[in-house]
Amino acid sequence: MNGAQMLLAAPEFWVLVMACVIMIVDLFLREERRGIIHMLAMLTVIFAAIITLRGGYVVDGVQSVTIFKGSFIRDPVGDVLKVFSFVIMGLIFTYSKFYLRTFKMFRADFFTLSLFALLGVMLLISANSMLMIYLGLELISLSVYALVAFDRNSGRGTEAAMKYFVLGSMASGMLLYGMSMIYGATGSLILPEIAAAIQIRGPDDILLIFGLVFVVVGIAFKFGVVPFHMWIPDVYEGAPPAVTLFISSVPKLAAFAMAYRFLNTGLGELHIHWQSMLASLAVLSIILGNLAAIMQTNIRRMLAYSTISHMGFVMLGLLPGTAFGFGASMYYVIVYGIMSVASFGMVILLSSGGVEAENLDDFKGLNQRNPFYAAIMGLIMFSMAGVPPMVGFFAKLMVLQAVIEAGLMWLAITAVVFSVIGAFYYLRIIKYMYFDDPENESVINVPVDFGAALTLNGAMILGLGIFSGSLIAICMSSFGL
Amino acid sequence: MNGTMNGFLLSILIWLPILGAVVVLLAGDQRPSLARALALLISAATFLLSLPLFFSFDTSTAAMQFVESRPWIETFSIYYKLGVDGFSAPLILLTTLFGILVVIAGWRSIQKNVNQYMAAFLVMEGLMIGVFSALDALLFYVFFEAMLIPMFLVIGIWGGPRRVYATIKFFLYTFLGSVFMLIGLIYLYINSGTWDILAWHELPLSLTVQKWLFIGFLAAFAVKIPMFPVHTWLPDAHVEAPTGGSVILAAIMLKIGGYGFIRFSLPITPDASAALDWLVIGLSLIAVVYIGFVALAQQDMKKLIAYSSISHMGFVTLGLFIAFSIYRNTGGVSGAALGVEGAMVQMISHGFISGALFLTVGVLYDRVHSRMIKDYGGVANTMPWFALFAVFFLMANSGLPGTSGFVGEFMVILAAFQANFWFAFLAALTLILGAAYSLWLAKRVIFGAVTNQQVESLQDINAREALVLGVLAVAILFFGLWPQPLVDMMQASVDNLLQHIVQSKVI
Repeated sequence: MNGAQMLLAAPEFWVLVMACVIMIVDLFLREERRGIIHMLAMLTVIFAAIITLRGGYVVDGVQSVTIFKGSFIRDPVGDVLKVFSFVIMGLIFTYSKFYLRTFKMFRADFFTLSLFALLGVMLLISANSMLMIYLGLELISLSVYALVAFDRNSGRGTEAAMKYFVLGSMASGMLLYGMSMIYGATGSLILPEIAAAIQIRGPDDILLIFGLVFVVVGIAFKFGVVPFHMWIPDVYEGAPPAVTLFISSVPKLAAFAMAYRFLNTGLGELHIHWQSMLASLAVLSIILGNLAAIMQTNIRRMLAYSTISHMGFVMLGLLPGTAFGFGASMYYVIVYGIMSVASFGMVILLSSGGVEAENLDDFKGLNQRNPFYAAIMGLIMFSMAGVPPMVGFFAKLMVLQAVIEAGLMWLAITAVVFSVIGAFYYLRIIKYMYFDDPENESVINVPVDFGAALTLNGAMILGLGIFSGSLIAICMSSFGL
Repeated sequence: MNGTMNGFLLSILIWLPILGAVVVLLAGDQRPSLARALALLISAATFLLSLPLFFSFDTSTAAMQFVESRPWIETFSIYYKLGVDGFSAPLILLTTLFGILVVIAGWRSIQKNVNQYMAAFLVMEGLMIGVFSALDALLFYVFFEAMLIPMFLVIGIWGGPRRVYATIKFFLYTFLGSVFMLIGLIYLYINSGTWDILAWHELPLSLTVQKWLFIGFLAAFAVKIPMFPVHTWLPDAHVEAPTGGSVILAAIMLKIGGYGFIRFSLPITPDASAALDWLVIGLSLIAVVYIGFVALAQQDMKKLIAYSSISHMGFVTLGLFIAFSIYRNTGGVSGAALGVEGAMVQMISHGFISGALFLTVGVLYDRVHSRMIKDYGGVANTMPWFALFAVFFLMANSGLPGTSGFVGEFMVILAAFQANFWFAFLAALTLILGAAYSLWLAKRVIFGAVTNQQVESLQDINAREALVLGVLAVAILFFGLWPQPLVDMMQASVDNLLQHIVQSKVI
């Protein structure tokens, strides 16, 4: 391997270096100049996006290149996911700056830990071997465990971190166990080599299927799909919203990449087996996520259950195992990330008075307090419910199309029926905002950059819907469609 | 025809009100009169711009006119494709006319968040025009669903005491119906590789597939129109909606269900429509007769009109689906054409009449703040001009010859005779039932002695209200006496549709 090839991992090196730089710079900063940290973090993601976009590795139609002895892959799928991770990360930093300032938690650790987690996300997205997958996964998890407990004085935060840590470690253990079986059966860590070995052994090898089960458990935990969803509501509720912003969005993009690479590149031959596993995970998540969300009175728990049902849709897109299905799934996960940060951005907005927004009641009368932000929340909710012309509808459309194309009509029907049931709890938020009178008349006052980011985020939800062609084309073309 | 303008006339009609709504929103909630004036200006401009759909409309062809097509989501050959024929052009004109009327009707009665109210109606107008002009199935679906959002907000924000229940019920009901259609649409795309509705008309499909698709379409359009037994959202929505919301709901939105049958069910799944026509005819007759009786029992004026709407919409579905038995009985399509034309005339006419009736109830509600029949009596003594209009509209609702209400019903009943005597007999009961509930309502509310203090102090309608009601009265009378322009407009399209649906598409 030469230096030019190392450059393919330039975005990863850049984020790593900047995370360390921020850690060091912080030591020399006085309290009132902490704002620099936020600017550095923003610069990091902006330049990371630029470096990724300028990649220039696609030479003469070569779509993917591997380095580090085949364990790191640079391809269009990874690039698209990374660029959107950076975009979402930029929004997260802007929203969380305001939150951390309001609650006097503005410390550099937040940004360093977030950037390390982002690095983990990038590694996981580009992982082409089981080792790299595990490395990326653990880098994300360890950073996030610490972030969940970021508010030292919050008992709930600590509890959530503990719960997440215990369950997360168990899931990692299961994944490792599965990996070791697959390694035992195939003798390789590199995904394409595993695929080649499976071709020789045949798909009905009991050892491989055993390994597959544990791998699917690991993936399901990362997505948070039923029955591996227990941690999601508690962590979403317990963690500071600034951290939930992250947990609910960017790692999902990485989880998609992990599922795609592991299941398709590595274990594609076992498609028949993992299809049925993903189908049951997807159906359970869509049913339970939507039903449980109706019961919630806490906004964060409601959004947690809504995540579970959305991840069910991502699973639906994965399970046909077709290029179209993966494209649809990737489109869904990106769209979900954008919607999810926007919704937690709104939670932070409502906490602007210095009191954490907890309950759905906090949305009461928002239209009278501030019609503009109420309209943005309206866009987010209708988008999550899958009402056109918001982008959430097109995401559902693509996934349904992939599922119906694969001949799985019953899955499509189950999914839409439960989406309609799920629409109820999104409508309830609209009801609180528009049909009820406010309990709290205080004026919503947020900094300009926060307002601008939220506006941009809302505009993305509407704009990517009305002009949905381009993002769909990007996602589909990265799978060669 | 001046080709350049017509190339994107439909786009202008869709987007002018929607973008105009943004401008109205920007007027802010502190300047209601500015918001009202802007809304009136935009809706009036939309109406004027829609007139070429009538004057430049070529009645000799069934082909799509004013066509516009550009790629939207190219990866899946989804196009932004618009066009109108004899079915959609009259409905678009109806929409733009009501666009103005609801703005005027809400002029004084809406005092809260005026800019949002006006903007919601403008957005709705644009989206409804989009529904009627979309020739790409996904585009149609997007407009069809997006339309729910402003209506949901209108009922929920400016509605009556049980508005939350009514509006969520309205939304979920319609949403559930339409997702089944969406699955059908996706299936059709996967089978044909295109979302073009007109291409789907030519797509051969097996009978089983057609039946499933037909049921998917039925789920969406039966809820929308609405047909018995999925009509229960309508009375709630109507009762709780503000006057403008009820007017749009009754005058335009219900027509989208009927339009859907014409554009999707009949031509895409003709064999299934023929095989399952008994189902639709049966439900239509139940709607006409049973819901007619239900209307008779209502205590609430708006509910009464809502049930009467369901009953009248039964004529639309009846007129459309008797075509198959007429064809079987007579071997020709001329009898069936009478039924389909009758259904279309009924849709337009019911638009005028139901809109007018909800506006008259709105006039009373603005003054007395009650919709209950028992709170009124002898209104004619204090509001003679109002009484004139109200009685005229109620007469039209009961199908008095000389009003447009008569024409559509008469055509459908006449056609039904060629299908089956009993269809015609049951349908004709509406002439009695409709007269009974309409005229009884007139008797209890308008005539008789003044019953209470509030009625005694009523003020007669002002010039603004007289204008709105007058326009509708003229329209009802005009199409009642001379429906020819309307029938001419749709003739070619009706013939084309019938020629198409009597040919089997089964592979």
